[in-house]
Amino acid sequence: MNLWLTLAVNSISLGGLLFLLSAGFSLIFGLMRIPNLLHGSFFMLGAYLGVSALNWHINFWVAALLSALAMTLIGGLIERFLLRRLAGQELAQVLLTLGLSFIVADVCLMIWTGDPWQPATPEHLRGAVQVGTLFFPIYRLVILAVAIVIAIGLWLMIDWTRLGAMIRAGVDDAPIARVVGIKVSQLFTLIFSLGAALAAFAGVMGAPYLSVYPGLDFEMLPLALIVVILGGTGSLLGALVGSFLIGFLYNFGQAMFPDLAYVILFLPMLLVLVLRPQGLFGRAMP
Amino acid sequence: MSRKVTRRKFMAGTAAGAALATLKFPTPAIAQAAPFKIGLLTIKTGPLAQGGIQMEQGIGLFLKHKNNTLSGRKIEFISADTGGNPAGAKTKTQELVERDKVNVILGPLAAFELLAITDYVRDNKTPLISLAAAEDVTQRKANPFIIRPSATSAQCCHVMGDYAAKELKYKRAMTISEDFAFGYEQMSGFQRVFEDNGGKVVKKLWPPLVTPDYTPYIAQIQNVDCVFNGFAGSNPVKFMRAYADLGVKAKIPLLAGWTAMDDALLRSLGDEAAGTISVAWYSADGKTESNQRFVADMQKDYGVLPGGYTAGMYIAGQCVEAGIQLAGSKADDRTAFAEALHKVSLTDTPRGPVKFDHFGNVIGDVFVRKCEMKAGKPVNTVIKTYPGVSQFWTYDEKAFLANPVYARDYPPAKNLEH
Repeated sequence: MNLWLTLAVNSISLGGLLFLLSAGFSLIFGLMRIPNLLHGSFFMLGAYLGVSALNWHINFWVAALLSALAMTLIGGLIERFLLRRLAGQELAQVLLTLGLSFIVADVCLMIWTGDPWQPATPEHLRGAVQVGTLFFPIYRLVILAVAIVIAIGLWLMIDWTRLGAMIRAGVDDAPIARVVGIKVSQLFTLIFSLGAALAAFAGVMGAPYLSVYPGLDFEMLPLALIVVILGGTGSLLGALVGSFLIGFLYNFGQAMFPDLAYVILFLPMLLVLVLRPQGLFGRAMP
Repeated sequence: MSRKVTRRKFMAGTAAGAALATLKFPTPAIAQAAPFKIGLLTIKTGPLAQGGIQMEQGIGLFLKHKNNTLSGRKIEFISADTGGNPAGAKTKTQELVERDKVNVILGPLAAFELLAITDYVRDNKTPLISLAAAEDVTQRKANPFIIRPSATSAQCCHVMGDYAAKELKYKRAMTISEDFAFGYEQMSGFQRVFEDNGGKVVKKLWPPLVTPDYTPYIAQIQNVDCVFNGFAGSNPVKFMRAYADLGVKAKIPLLAGWTAMDDALLRSLGDEAAGTISVAWYSADGKTESNQRFVADMQKDYGVLPGGYTAGMYIAGQCVEAGIQLAGSKADDRTAFAEALHKVSLTDTPRGPVKFDHFGNVIGDVFVRKCEMKAGKPVNTVIKTYPGVSQFWTYDEKAFLANPVYARDYPPAKNLEH
């Protein structure tokens, strides 16, 4: 009984973290039509920047925001000066992001060495909620709360603002959006920066319990990828549902069928790809 | 007479030299003048780079201590980055052997890299000093060109099994480690000795090598006296934090293998490590003279507390020095040098006395340590030393080798509960 409850609560909080990671990935995929293979690197680099800020005794939330800000800038520069040059060549863009991810990994190794870094959980978020004999760390519930706040913020932006309408138009049909005067290339820069910022923020939020180490980038990237393929590209709701679905599959799959842990994660992705290629909540590509 | 050596003359000269060498002319004077070449197989990129960098620091510090001269021979040091994969290890080994013609290779780091090159170094008669733990390299598939001054996977875990059963009086244990050979070999070694002394291993968990969150595994831990973990790389850091955060640490003591609680890892850990009891073949608080100098200089040069990978390479350097001395004028003969390495016996190394069994595996002390908080930082303190531990523990060598190598299901766990 305890086991199932722990797993259920943990599934939800992992889902929250995955949403922070994959919301940006989903929007970039939807709008620019490329899986951004740098997304795991944004997560890792953001986490490293956050850890460094924490080492200077900066407040945890400020560190997370600073890291997100820095990654907004880096993401924007990468889109504007590298990806834009390859506009329209999707394969070349994907390869570019892959190449950059290796460069980021080596730069991180040089700066932060190979040692794992695990910042302490912020003082005011320590401790655990105890229900009966069951312990649950408060910090993970905080991650969930933050994810919900950000999900609502993103939803308001996408569904209720002019900018959101332009993004939706770009996701649905970029050429037509251009024709009616929407500057889609500016949207690209914006969304790419936003995605990078969200990933970096997720990285800092995740650091106290995932820790930061070389290779973290390529552990997180496949998770973002399955979330988005499951949920559908360019759909926030899809990213949200996909994240929690993967959160549950991950936790229960590893506990009940440890030998099949990866099968359980990737089998639903295969089924969706075969039966409903646009994902659970995505619209069919034109 | 012109002293100028043209490229052509130089090439002719080297060719003649090579020809002489192959004809085995008695040319000790020339051989002595040539530097003794040490090649290092390390990992400087990717997820395993942490250990690789530490290895390079270890041998670097040793050569600095010795002023780049071992037993009167000038040393030429060549470092090669394998990238942490078997194909890379093979390529770099070939380069070191065929192009650089090294006298001895140190490394590689990972067991799967070592397995990829063991036949090659045997065929090419190149002595190799490895820290990788794969059991059979010094057991059923022993290689006369390889010695291992660190430990086999299970060498320390046998000790943990003994200590947990006899001193800690634990009866029921659970094991958790990565789902790969190093994990299997460690856990099986623990299980065998623990159960031979009256304990029971009631559950064994094998998370994949890449596991972002250990909660699903930790949630299954209950109703045991202790948990023995054999994690490696950066995984122990994640595992221990989750173990403490989920409130299990307060109830069930954690035991650890050497990679899971290595001294070099302590700087990444906090409170969550306190209380953990670990076994290791190297401990930074060791009292030998060479260890105190080694630890002090590592602090001075790199600002870090050294762990097993660094100490292991420092000791590998000491073995090379002793090997050159033992082999004397035959040090450049690869086969003679490999034989000399097997005969090395050192009294003062950072881990204490070191000698080798006839398979080339170390017989040395194993330390049981307890992690305590000192001035807000976790520190491993030795609480018991098991002197002169062999890879076969107290078992008879022949009987030991008649069994299959330790594996996920060997020896079978008879006491598993669901």
